[in-house]
Amino acid sequence: MSKTILVVDDSASVRQMVSLTLAQAGYRTIEACDGADALSKAGANRLDAVITDLNMPNMDGLTFIKRYRASPASAGVPIVFLSTESDGGIKAEAKAAGATGWMVKPFRPEQLLSVVRKVAGE
Amino acid sequence: MSGIDPIETFRQEAQELLETLEQTLLDLEQRPDDKDLVARAFRALHTLKGSGAMFGFTAVAEFLHDFETAFDRVRKGEAEASKPLVSAALKAQDHVADLVAGGDDPARGQEILANLRAAVSGAAPSGATPCQSAASTPAGAPASETRGWTVRFALPADALVLGTNPLLLLDELRGLAPAKVRAAMAAVPSLEAIEPSASYITWEVTLDGPVALEAIEDVFLFIRDDMDLAIEPLSPVVPETEEKAPAPETAASESAPTPAAKKPEKQTAANERAATSLRVSAERLDELMDRVGELVIAQARLNELAAQSREPALGAVAEEIARLTASLRDTTMSTRMVPIGSLFGRFRRLVHDLSRDLSKPIDFVTVGEETELDKTVIEQLADPLVHLIRNSVDHGVEPAERRCASGKSPTGTIRLSASYRGAEVAIAVTDDGAGLDAVRLRAKAEEQGLIAPSTPMADSDIYPMIFQPGFSTAKEVTSLSGRGVGMDVVKRTIDGLRGSIDIDTQLGRGTTVTLRLPLTLAIIDGLLVRVGDERYTIPLAAVEECVELSATGGVETRGRNFMNIRDALVPFLRLRELFSVPGEPEPFQKVVVVASGSTRVGLVVDQIIGNNQTVIKQLSRLHSGVKTFSGATILGDGTVALILDVMHLVGFGQSLEERRRQDRMGRAA
Repeated sequence: MSKTILVVDDSASVRQMVSLTLAQAGYRTIEACDGADALSKAGANRLDAVITDLNMPNMDGLTFIKRYRASPASAGVPIVFLSTESDGGIKAEAKAAGATGWMVKPFRPEQLLSVVRKVAGE
Repeated sequence: MSGIDPIETFRQEAQELLETLEQTLLDLEQRPDDKDLVARAFRALHTLKGSGAMFGFTAVAEFLHDFETAFDRVRKGEAEASKPLVSAALKAQDHVADLVAGGDDPARGQEILANLRAAVSGAAPSGATPCQSAASTPAGAPASETRGWTVRFALPADALVLGTNPLLLLDELRGLAPAKVRAAMAAVPSLEAIEPSASYITWEVTLDGPVALEAIEDVFLFIRDDMDLAIEPLSPVVPETEEKAPAPETAASESAPTPAAKKPEKQTAANERAATSLRVSAERLDELMDRVGELVIAQARLNELAAQSREPALGAVAEEIARLTASLRDTTMSTRMVPIGSLFGRFRRLVHDLSRDLSKPIDFVTVGEETELDKTVIEQLADPLVHLIRNSVDHGVEPAERRCASGKSPTGTIRLSASYRGAEVAIAVTDDGAGLDAVRLRAKAEEQGLIAPSTPMADSDIYPMIFQPGFSTAKEVTSLSGRGVGMDVVKRTIDGLRGSIDIDTQLGRGTTVTLRLPLTLAIIDGLLVRVGDERYTIPLAAVEECVELSATGGVETRGRNFMNIRDALVPFLRLRELFSVPGEPEPFQKVVVVASGSTRVGLVVDQIIGNNQTVIKQLSRLHSGVKTFSGATILGDGTVALILDVMHLVGFGQSLEERRRQDRMGRAA
């Protein structure tokens, strides 16, 4: 059974690019446009990994990670956050919130796949 | 996977983000202390930078990076969102739009950035790191190779819960070289003390093969800061490779000087709470509308057949299909409706720039942004509204000194409002400026030979003169208006949209120009009538009532036909005469009373057939000069009925009567 990955980003183009890349590699993806949307979708689906942006309207990525980690369903689910270099020390903060890994924007599709394989397997 | 082009999506998204940015900057100019606005502008910049870089728009990303760096000072409260800053930021935003569209002018970009940095009070951190540092590889760490490594690691206790899977790590190590894995269980507590989700095992992996140290460290990239990790070469090699070389991503993300800043969680703009929506290309919607139009015609034919067949079952189906078609039509039409706010937004920038260029302080107020109109109508409205607003700024609102002299506030106000009026939408541009001067307009119109000097004319008939091509009362031509082109564009476009224009003005107090537009262009409800052997459709929105023309009901006064409807005299036109239908009129003539502008006019027809839904088909270009018909429609039986353009028809009828009256007077004399 293919693995299900929740893709959270307020930018439709980034979501689309991530989803497309993952779908071509055989993953199933669910898209969410902000933290609040992601939280409700995470509650309704069995996930194998989450890829989330940090800087989003309504609920930012950090809050989403904290809230999601507070639910038992998140146990063992890797969370990869996307950051840009100017986010600086936010990495430590995100890890403290419960993130598993990260990826620096911009990234190429191969980089995305290697990170996803690293945390979620094939 | 075909059909979606992420780059196209990016372009659309970039445009939306730029619009948000522009609106936010303009708001910021009004409320420079609003932290939410600053945060919103910052986020738009940030998102755009992120996705720009992803899709290969490096120039966009680099420019935005510097833009963002400058703007960051405002976010941190080190600089104020002053007017010069907003102006510089708006220029920068324009430049980004150019870059996204494919233009590139680095010199201009640098100049804009320099202005922007100057605007955030000089000492902006220059030499900002370019965006692409992520690609750089860590220097000084030669790819050291040995014949193998021993890797010993233990995961932090909560690693499993937080999504790190040791099996995947082991798999990854195995992928690097043939590996032997041993698990050291010493730390595993007794069964009752065990925490099932914790990790107690220390792994020892022997990699038997030449592997770069960085490759091993990369495996533990995400957790190496929190874990015990020892990597030892199997045989002694160059000792400095033991030094931890930072992994590429780590290096990149820590090189930026910006300290972590918490993004605000609360977002005010309700419209950003994007409802679940879907992007559909406009052509597909047009296509859908076409199909629905054809369905409506087919359904009308079915109705007719069902009525003839007297088969009750068929009648029931036909009725059901009629109902479904009507609701499908409404739904389809609603998908094409766009809130007019998207259009209004552009004008804020226009007014901002105009007011600066002309040094006339102006408040721009918009009302009714949520009013929805057909997409095609909105697109075509942009130009006329630009002309109207420019005209208001340039000719309407007086310079501040003159305003003060006449006791007005020095700041002018221009109000752009939209509201529903029945099946129409009224869009009004109001200014509190000088108003139109009927005497001056008249003099100008006479000078230009548009009206004869002696013709008596009411003021309300003079105002529309400003829509005549080439008409301008401006004493001198400014860069904005006064050339006499523009206002006639307004008239032409609105006519083309089957709308109307009203002018309401008071000398010294201001002017309101109201555009009335039909909600949609594709389908209308019509009243089908017969004149002679031909059938015509009258837009139902224009119809007020239907009455019978009694044999003696018509009164003729000075060549004009009037009839008495509930003690009001209503002029009427005989369509038989107008369309030169041969033969005697039928004994019982009917009158359809229509509203044309602010007057009521009766149209005399032979028979009123009934309501029908009418899909408007444009007349061929050959007939584009024919104003009395706005189009044609295909009826259920396949014949064609022309759609009457009530306003033009009434105008045509009146001019015809006028000519006849003058003929008669000529004969009498």
